Amino acid sequence: MNETQNKLNAALRQAVRGKLSRREFTQLALASGVTLAAANTMFASAARAEPKKGGVLKIGVGHGATTDSMDPGLYPDQFTGTALWGTLANSLTEIDADGNVIGDVAESFEPADGAKKWVFKVRKGITFHNGKPVTAEDVVASLAHHQAENSKSAAKSLLKEITSLKADGPDTVVFELTGGNADFPYTVSDYHMPIMPKKDDGSVDWESGIRTGAYSLDKFTPGVQASFNKNPNYHKEGKGWFDRVEFLSIKDVAARTNALLSGEIQYMDRCDLKTLDQLKQSPDHTVSEITGYGHYIYVMNVTAKPFDNPDVRNAIKYSMNRDDVLEKVFLGHGTVGNDNPIAPTVKFAVDPQPRHSYNPDKARELLKKAGLETLSFDLSVADAAFAGAVDSAILWKEHAKACGIEINVIREPDDGYWDNVWLKKPFVASYWSGRPTVDWMMTTAYAADAAWNDTFWKNPKFNELLIAARSETDEAKRAAMYAEMQQILHDDGGLINMLFNSYVEAHAKTLGHGKIAANWQLDGMRIAERWWYTA
Amino acid sequence: MHPVLKTVLQRLGLGLLTLFVVSVVIFASLELLPGGFAEAILGQGATPETVAAFNREIGLDRPAFVRYLEWIGGVLMGDFGYSYAGLGGSIKRSVSELIAPRLYNTFFLAAMTAIVAVPLSLLLGVLAALYRNSWYDRIVNSVTLTTIATPEFFIAYLLMFFFAIKNKWFYTLSTVSGSTDLWEHMYRAALPAITLTLVIVAHMMRMTRAALINLLASPYMEMAQLKGVPRREAIIKHALPNAWAPIATVIAFNLAYLVVGVVVVEVVYVYPGIGQLMVDAVSSRDMPVVQACALIFAATYILLNLSADIVSIITNPRLLHPK
Repeated sequence: MNETQNKLNAALRQAVRGKLSRREFTQLALASGVTLAAANTMFASAARAEPKKGGVLKIGVGHGATTDSMDPGLYPDQFTGTALWGTLANSLTEIDADGNVIGDVAESFEPADGAKKWVFKVRKGITFHNGKPVTAEDVVASLAHHQAENSKSAAKSLLKEITSLKADGPDTVVFELTGGNADFPYTVSDYHMPIMPKKDDGSVDWESGIRTGAYSLDKFTPGVQASFNKNPNYHKEGKGWFDRVEFLSIKDVAARTNALLSGEIQYMDRCDLKTLDQLKQSPDHTVSEITGYGHYIYVMNVTAKPFDNPDVRNAIKYSMNRDDVLEKVFLGHGTVGNDNPIAPTVKFAVDPQPRHSYNPDKARELLKKAGLETLSFDLSVADAAFAGAVDSAILWKEHAKACGIEINVIREPDDGYWDNVWLKKPFVASYWSGRPTVDWMMTTAYAADAAWNDTFWKNPKFNELLIAARSETDEAKRAAMYAEMQQILHDDGGLINMLFNSYVEAHAKTLGHGKIAANWQLDGMRIAERWWYTA
Repeated sequence: MHPVLKTVLQRLGLGLLTLFVVSVVIFASLELLPGGFAEAILGQGATPETVAAFNREIGLDRPAFVRYLEWIGGVLMGDFGYSYAGLGGSIKRSVSELIAPRLYNTFFLAAMTAIVAVPLSLLLGVLAALYRNSWYDRIVNSVTLTTIATPEFFIAYLLMFFFAIKNKWFYTLSTVSGSTDLWEHMYRAALPAITLTLVIVAHMMRMTRAALINLLASPYMEMAQLKGVPRREAIIKHALPNAWAPIATVIAFNLAYLVVGVVVVEVVYVYPGIGQLMVDAVSSRDMPVVQACALIFAATYILLNLSADIVSIITNPRLLHPK
């Protein structure tokens, strides 16, 4: 986009907000060489996209179970995440649409002592839905909820690095960490860590649903629906436009699509890729597709034979035709992976070379180097890992044949997949929703001591760099370290990152929005406060 | 003792025994399934540490027979216990509270379907027997056989497409809650009820027809015909009373299906019935909820079969007045 256009767009935004008259805008547009008709159209469509207050937004979500709980430590997926966090609550920080971390309940945050100490200031004037002001004590209690000895929170391992968590005055929270972590503000943006009111006994009140979000809880029926009303005292300017937001758990994708087409809901997640072309033909709906951080992977246990040989691992990496899988199984909705778990949109992401694309000759060569003529192994898969895991594996089996690799695809039951197959069998299908920083993703799944190190990969150089980069505050040095780590993982790890999946979602044309975030589905799970009706 | 009363008491006694056996079997099968509640809820996030904390909190670290005895002790006192979900917090979800609204919805849908489907299939069946091998008979047979042979979710999608999307006469979603009024509830549940009607009519209608045709060949019907009793009167007055027993059995069977077997229709129409609740509870190993659902389902079968047997006894003088 050239400079004239940029200026014109800025002028257009002002014009729509009434800061510049329509006449002034038109004159400006004509001066920069736009025809009168085009200037009028620009103005009209921009005015249509401007946020309007009011309306009821109904969202159909393909998740939700009767066992869902108000306890944020146990939020399992998009239903609880979007409804009970993104709509109802706020964390200390937030990840914006560009992937940067910004303050939310915290107004500001400062590192000290080589990022070993972090000082967060609670936003002034912020209140809970019951009118009580948010204090540093509430923040401490909310995070301590996940840290307790007998906590069953999914965020427990995330907060392990905190050695001391203290309130210093009414609006200051001080974290002391085991080691420096320049990315710590990202950690506390997680959807398991909303800020909740402290009870008199010092524990936190997660049961009542009183939070700080743009909407307050009306009714929550686990596995069925959750409804919310506008919070008139919300702390963010220009967020939370709807009067009321309702989430419905509609697990059947055809039912979800029908509900959207018949106008009973205005937004649906997880569109059916097979019928997407038909949905796109609907004149009243728009399909959005965002490549997120999430990725579909096959992981091998590098301590088990034959995967303990790096040449064998690389031969296997070259034996999959990822483009073919993306085209046939995912109908093109995604981006092929290159055995790097860091999504291209994440800061410090690199694309390690050589790319692991389909190359039977190279695969055979590597096998020979490992002293093997042919290779045969079991691959355990189930669609519980990700929808399409079985089909992709069967297609891969065909690709691998040409490389002298015989994959024996074993179909495992969905039920109990994460207990009995993942981390237990030597080669399995899995997925990650991705993490917003390199450090977070690598610490979660590739560090030597990670609980979820599903490749059992322990690379000394990699782990050294991981710790060094964490406290490195020089951006350039940090970038170099992260690039090296991604290269090591790509060359040596037991990860086959097949592809980054897209979030394919659809909504009524009457809805307006800004740039859609890539960190989670449903606009970073914060659709309720970020979107609006244009008509 | 009167034979009807005796049967009822006998059956109820046996029914209690059946319920006990069912509860043991269900408990044992849940124990056999891999993984537990903690693993199911935590999914990929189940580290040994969190699983242990979880199990300790909800008492799953104790031996299975202790948990069973504790649970059955509660049930004998009329207390179905609490769902494992939310057990750690100060707001517990009692199983009865969780099940009551869902059960009401399920019974509502079953009753609505039965009120339409049972008289309809009896009527169609009697007419089919009366006009056997006519065009009417053939059309009714082929139509109902087609609808029963079509998977119910497919019928549901077709109905949704034509009556909710092409013509916006009905809703695609049948979401109801405690605050939905009766008319709204009936309107919302209309498409699921029509779907279920199409699924169960064939079975009952065919049985009615077959039972009647079977009787038409018996000597006393031949006698009636020779006497000059009109065919319609012969069927309704002489054949039908003797056909009630098999028809009642089939009706009972289909009504039980309406209560226990409609989870697919619930999912497609997003109707909050008890089937979905039980599926969720099984996949998360939420034992108290699974047990309560299983007992309700078993009791439904027992009671409906009992009523079918009572109908057979009452309509058969030989059983009603045994020598």
